[in-house]
Amino acid sequence: MLTVIVDYDSGNLHSAEKAFQRIAAETDAGQVIVTSDPDQVAGADRVVLPGDGAFPACRDALFAQTGLFDAIEQAVTQQARPFLGICVGMQMMATTGHEYRPTPGFDWISGDIRLIKPDNPNMKVPHMGWNDLIIDQHHPIVDGIKTGDHVYFVHSYHMQVMHTRDMLAHADYGGPITAIVGHENRVGMQFHPEKSQQAGLRMIANFLKWRP
Amino acid sequence: MLKTRIIPCLDVADGRVVKGVNFVDLIDAGDPVESARAYDAAGADELCFLDIQATHENRGTMYDLATRTAEQCFMPLTIGGGVRTPDDVRNLLLAGADKVSFNSAAVADPDVVARAADRFGSQCIVVAIDAKTVAPGKWEIFTHGGRKSTGIDAVEFAKTVATKGAGEILLTSMDRDGTRAGFNIPLTRAISDAVNIPVIASGGVGTLDHLVEGVTKGGASAVLAASIFHFGDFTIRQAKDHMAAAGIPVRP
Repeated sequence: MLTVIVDYDSGNLHSAEKAFQRIAAETDAGQVIVTSDPDQVAGADRVVLPGDGAFPACRDALFAQTGLFDAIEQAVTQQARPFLGICVGMQMMATTGHEYRPTPGFDWISGDIRLIKPDNPNMKVPHMGWNDLIIDQHHPIVDGIKTGDHVYFVHSYHMQVMHTRDMLAHADYGGPITAIVGHENRVGMQFHPEKSQQAGLRMIANFLKWRP
Repeated sequence: MLKTRIIPCLDVADGRVVKGVNFVDLIDAGDPVESARAYDAAGADELCFLDIQATHENRGTMYDLATRTAEQCFMPLTIGGGVRTPDDVRNLLLAGADKVSFNSAAVADPDVVARAADRFGSQCIVVAIDAKTVAPGKWEIFTHGGRKSTGIDAVEFAKTVATKGAGEILLTSMDRDGTRAGFNIPLTRAISDAVNIPVIASGGVGTLDHLVEGVTKGGASAVLAASIFHFGDFTIRQAKDHMAAAGIPVRP
């Protein structure tokens, strides 16, 4: 089994790579590679899309690599391979991003990416640090994870989902912050599972054995 | 609810921890990766490596440390010291750092913060501000380990780098650093109130009450300390329990 972490020159792939490789080795979940090769992505059994930075910059960088998004679509949409988006990689699953300017996402999950506006103006943005998850729906990706488990967030924008059925977990930061979304064979995490110690590693293991 | 972070900081030179680290079960107390693993196991919320030598020749050592740490600790790692250009940021991120901290280079040219934030995102760009009290309620930026005065007002500089896209400010009081007399609370409060990004208080922690004051009086989003943890005065757990008892939300 081959899991690809899509490399499109966005942010820090190294810690994601190390965490996925560690868990894949421990759970006998096959090989994990970081690649920007469309052929490898199109033929992968699982696709992970990370992303750090501004939404338009990430989207532009992804689409600047010839054939890369087509390869993701082929694996995820046509072959129904499990997909995990992390941080901005999760945000790009939405319909439209509104960071700097309206930018189309993949429209896999109906929703918009909006600036976090805590109800208390003294609360700082970015939402940075450890926050506890509130599980909204059971899903294989949160197997063994319970409300109150902590994960590491660092972001200024978040997804406002159109349909609550797509929201699997949220956190509270002066209002609800979408933490995990899921639809069919696709899940997304706003926080960084690769930096979230035990809870994060557990969710990576869940993804690597998930059979939607 | 978002938790207040406790961040142990390791001073590193030539790939070795400079200040002593007293943990019972360390194989090699001078190896930053061993210390990082111990802090990871102890429940630290993030880790910070500060390359206090940061010559061009020893950069490779820091990259190697970042890589080895990222292979073993699945928690956020900030690296600072000698970071001058967006390419330095890229190299450290590729090696395994999650955030990179600018110091003197941002003072010399605040636009380097904007160039790095545009390229890698604000979330991984920290600006370290070293400030000294020059008059009551007035603080000035110092560089080169606190030796070089710049004439730049610390509060104004914090606002500038926040506008340029810094994701976080690591604020060190040069008056207090190493004194164990507690954070410079008026400075911490002034900077924290002036910007809408998180401020990490640093410099001067000697007791667990100092950590509490940094948050309750200083308004810091996170507290950083070196000596009290390295020398085994207090554990991360004791610090968290003390802060929780004072009503500050911490990660269990």
